[in-house]
Amino acid sequence: MDAVLNALVLIGNYIVVPGLAYGSQLALGALGVTMIYAVLRFSNFGHGEIMSFGTMLVIMATFAMQDVGISISPLPTALLALPVGILGAVGLCLLIDRYVYKFYRQQRASPVIYLIVSIGTMFIIGGLIRFIIGPKDRNFADGERFIMKASAFKANTGLAEGLAIKTAQGVTVLTTFVVVGLVFWFLNYTRTGKSMRAFADNEDLALLSGIDPDRVVRITWIITAVLATIAGTLYGLDKSYKPLVYMHLLLPIFASAIVGGVGNPLGAIAGGFVIAFSELAITFAYKKVAAYLIGDGVLGDGLLQLLSTDYKFAVSFMILVIVLLVKPTGIFSGKTL
Amino acid sequence: MTALIGTAMTGGYGGADILNGCTISVESGEIAVIVGPNGAGKSTAMKAMFGMLDLRAGSVLLDGEDITTLPPQHRVQRGMGFVPQTQNVFTSMTVEENLEMGGFIRDDDFADTIEEIYNLFPVLREKRAQPAGELSGGQRQQVAVGRALMTQPKVLMLDEPTAGVSPIVMDELFDRIIDVARTGIAILMVEQNARQALAIADRGYVLVQGENRYTDTGAALLANPDVRRAFLGG
Amino acid sequence: MTQHPNSPATGPKSTAQMAPAQRNILLFTGMASLLVMVGVLQSWNVAFSILNMCLISAIMALGVNIQWGYAGLFNVGVMGFAALGGLAGVVISMPPVDAAWAAGGLGVVMGLATGIVTLVLGMMVWRRGQSWGRWRYAATGAIVVIGYILMRSLADPSVDAIEAVDPARTGYLGGLGLPIILSWLVGGIFAAAAAWVVGKISLGLRADYLAIATLGISEIIIYVLKFEDWLSRGVKNVTGLPRPVPYEIDLQANSWFIAFADHLNLPLVDASSLVVKICYALLFTVVLLAVLWLSETALRSPWGRMMRAIRDNETAANAMGKNVTKQHLLVFVLGSAVIGVAGAMMVTLDGQFTPTSYQPLRFTFLIWVMVIAGGSGNNWGAVLGGFLIWFFWIEAEPIGLWLMDVVTSGLPPTHWLRLHLLESAAHTRLMTMGVILLLVLRFSPRGLIPESRR
Repeated sequence: MDAVLNALVLIGNYIVVPGLAYGSQLALGALGVTMIYAVLRFSNFGHGEIMSFGTMLVIMATFAMQDVGISISPLPTALLALPVGILGAVGLCLLIDRYVYKFYRQQRASPVIYLIVSIGTMFIIGGLIRFIIGPKDRNFADGERFIMKASAFKANTGLAEGLAIKTAQGVTVLTTFVVVGLVFWFLNYTRTGKSMRAFADNEDLALLSGIDPDRVVRITWIITAVLATIAGTLYGLDKSYKPLVYMHLLLPIFASAIVGGVGNPLGAIAGGFVIAFSELAITFAYKKVAAYLIGDGVLGDGLLQLLSTDYKFAVSFMILVIVLLVKPTGIFSGKTL
Repeated sequence: MTALIGTAMTGGYGGADILNGCTISVESGEIAVIVGPNGAGKSTAMKAMFGMLDLRAGSVLLDGEDITTLPPQHRVQRGMGFVPQTQNVFTSMTVEENLEMGGFIRDDDFADTIEEIYNLFPVLREKRAQPAGELSGGQRQQVAVGRALMTQPKVLMLDEPTAGVSPIVMDELFDRIIDVARTGIAILMVEQNARQALAIADRGYVLVQGENRYTDTGAALLANPDVRRAFLGG
Repeated sequence: MTQHPNSPATGPKSTAQMAPAQRNILLFTGMASLLVMVGVLQSWNVAFSILNMCLISAIMALGVNIQWGYAGLFNVGVMGFAALGGLAGVVISMPPVDAAWAAGGLGVVMGLATGIVTLVLGMMVWRRGQSWGRWRYAATGAIVVIGYILMRSLADPSVDAIEAVDPARTGYLGGLGLPIILSWLVGGIFAAAAAWVVGKISLGLRADYLAIATLGISEIIIYVLKFEDWLSRGVKNVTGLPRPVPYEIDLQANSWFIAFADHLNLPLVDASSLVVKICYALLFTVVLLAVLWLSETALRSPWGRMMRAIRDNETAANAMGKNVTKQHLLVFVLGSAVIGVAGAMMVTLDGQFTPTSYQPLRFTFLIWVMVIAGGSGNNWGAVLGGFLIWFFWIEAEPIGLWLMDVVTSGLPPTHWLRLHLLESAAHTRLMTMGVILLLVLRFSPRGLIPESRR
C-alpha cells in the first residue's frame, strides 16, 4: 500500500503540483494571446516581451519596497508590487497600439503584416528591457518559500517520498483562479465584456450596433497587459526572472492557444494545462515510480524517461503539430471569446 | 409626415453611378418594398439611405431632418435600424445577448424593449439562452430583426430578409414584419420574392438601372400588367 | 485576400524619382564605396571579412525573398534552416571517426531506421484509418509509442558508446570526409527536407500557423544540435572543418607566395589572410550570382507570374483552379533550400560549427530586416539589403558605443548612468533592428529597390 502511495506522491510532487503552477502560467499567457487574436485578429509575437516588461517593473518595484522595508510576508512582496507592473504594461500596450498597430488597422492590412509588425515590437520591447534591467538572472521571490515542505510531509505521513508545495506555486494557482474567474465574469456579464465578444464575433454588425471599435481595442490591450504582467510575474516568482526566457515561453503559449482553439478563452486555459502536463509527463523519469509499483529488480538501468528534459521545449511543438494535423481549429473550435 | 425619404439619389461605389436619381420614401406604420431585376441598384439604394455609400447628388431626410452626410452609426442613434442580408447576428452569443448588443447605444433600461420583442417573436423567448448560431435560418432572421429593433427605431430597413429561407418560413417572417409595422414603425425592405413582398406592401418601388420605373401601392403594382409581365414573371 | 506590402493596391507611390536602373546602380555603388572605405580606413582584411558575410547574407536574404516576396510566406525559422545547412558542413567534410562507428554506428543507424519506419507506418495507418473511428487514434498512437520505445532502446546504448569515444576530441560519428564544397548542396537538401515537413503540416492553414510552426521547428533544430553529441558534438562544437581554399600557413611557406607578397609590399601574414578571404569571396560570388540568376529567371517565368498572382489574390487564384497550397509548399521548400546552402557556406567560412551561436535575432530577424529594407519581392533588393544591413550590423556596435560615449561625455567617467549606458550599448542592436523593421514597414513598405510591376 505504501508503495502505491509513495508512487502517487512522487507523481504529485513532480508532475501534478508543478504542472498546475506551470499550466496556470501558460493559461494566463495564452488567454492574453487569444484575446488579441479574437479582437485584433493576429498572433502577437510580442506577447512574451510584454510579460517580461511587466514583470521587470514588478521586480523593480519589489526591490524598492524591500529597500524601504515594506513586506506582506509570508506572501511575496511582488504581489504588492503587481499594480506598478500592470500600469506600466498597460501604458506600453496602449502606446504601441496607438503608434504602431492603429496605422495598420486603418489600412486594413493583412494578418501577415501584423505578424511581422508584432515581431518588430517584440524586439523593441526586448531591447528596452535589456537596456533597463540588463540580461542577468533576477531572483525576487521573498516571504515564506514553502507552503508545505517535503520533510514535513514525510514526517506527518510516514511515507518515504515527500510532497513539497512552494509558496509561488500556491500563489500562482490561486491568483490564476481568481483572475480567470474575473475575466470570464467580465466577458459574460458586463456590457463592455459583451461588446468585446460581439466585436470579436462580427465586426461589421458590432459597428452597426454602435459599439466603438477603438474602445474595444483599448480594453483588449488593457486586459492583455494585465494578464501578461500577472502571468510573467507568477512565472518569475516560480522560476526566477531572466529576460531571454520569456521569448522561449512564446512557443508553449502559442501552442496552448492553438490546442484550445485560437480566439477561445476557455480553450486557451485548457490548452495551457494540456501543454504543461504533457511537458512534465513526457520528460519525467518514471524509474522510481516503477520501482515502487513493480519492484526494483526487474528494471534495467534506463531512466524510463520518454524524452530527455533537454527537449522539454519540443513537447509543445509536437502537440502543436498533432493538433494542426488532426484538428487545426483546436479542441474548442467554432466559438470565439 | 414622411418618416424617411431619399430624394433624387445619385451615386455609386466609385466608378460608374449605380443610382441615377431615384427617389424612395416610407411613412410611419407602412411597409415599403423595393423590387427590380438583378443589378437594378435595390440594395444600393437602401444602403445609400443608411449612409453606407456617399451620394453624389440628392438628399436623405429622416423625419424632415437632413441626414445626408451622417455616418451609419449616427443614423442608428437618430432612429434608423438596419438588418444586413448576411452575417446579421452574433453567432457565438445567445439570443438575449444579441438583443442586448442591439441596444448597446441606449443608456436607459431596455428590459421593456426586450420584452416587447419577445412578444413580437415568441420563439426568441424560448431560445433566449441559446447561441444565435445554433438557430434555424428563419429564427436567425427574427433575431436579426429583433436586434435592430432594440434601438426603438422609427425606420427599420431590411435587406432581403427572406433570402434563402423556405416558403413557409417566408410567410411567417412576412407576418412578423407586418406585426412590426403595426407598432408604428416605418419598414423599408428590398426583396427578391417580389410577388409575396408586394402583397404585404403599402407602397412598392420598381427600380431599373438605378431609376424609378414604377411607383404605386403594392396591390396596384401587382395588378399592373406591365409590371407583371416584366418583373413578376407574368 | 492576401495583401502584400508591395501589391499595387496598398503600396504607396514609388519612392524612386529617377529612373530605377540609375538609382539601383547608385545604391550598389554606394554600398561598394562603403566597403572600400572600410578597406582604406580600417583594413582590407576587415573589408573582405565583411564582404564575405555580406555575400552569405545576401544569399540568405534571397532565400527569404523567394518565400516572402514571391509568395507572401512568413518564415520565422530561418535560423533552423541555416543551422541544418551548417550541420551538412560537418556531416560531409569531417573525417569519419572509425572507433565511434565501431562502437555504436550500427545501433544509431538501426535506431534512425526504426524511427523512419515508425513515422511511415504511423502515417499509413492514419491515412488508411479514416473510417475506423476511435481505433484510428489508438492504432496510430500505439505504432508511434512502440516504434519510439524500440528506437530509443536500439539507439540509446549506441549513443552512449559513441559519446564515450575520446569525448575531448571526438565523441561523435564524424562525417564522410568529402570535400566541404559538396556540403553546400547537401545543406540545401537538409533544409529543404525539413521545410517540406513543416510546410506539409502548416501550409494551407492560417498564415499564423506557418509562422508559429517555423518558430518551433527552428528552436527544436537548435536544441537537437546542442544536445545530440553523437551527431555533431553538441555544445562542444566541431572545429577545424576542412577548407575549400588554401590555408594561410601553407601560403606563408610557399616561396612563390613569399615573393608575391614581397612584390605587393605587404606583410606576409596579412597577404596570406587577404588572399584566403579573396578566394572565399570569389567562391561565394559565384554561388550568389547563380542563385540570383535562377531566382530572376524563375520570377520572370510564367510560374513566377502565377506565384505573384497567387500572392496578391489568393482567392482569385484558388478560383482559377491553381493549387495554392501545393505552390506555396514548393516555394517554401525552395527558399529554405537556399537558406540551407547559405548556412553551409557560413560554416565553411568560419571553419567551425557552434550550435550556441545560432540566435534568432542574428539568423532569423536580421535576414528579415534585410529583405524588407532591401525591397520585398525584388531579388536585387534582397541582395542590397543583405549587404547593407550586414554592414551596419557589424558597424552598429562600434557606432552605438561611440554614440553612448558622446552622449554621456558630460558625466564623470564612473557615473552610474554612463556606465550603465555603455554596458547596455550591446543591446541597442535588438532595439535598432526592431525600429528599422517598423520604420521601413510603415514608411517605405516597398523597400530600397521596390518590386517592379511587370
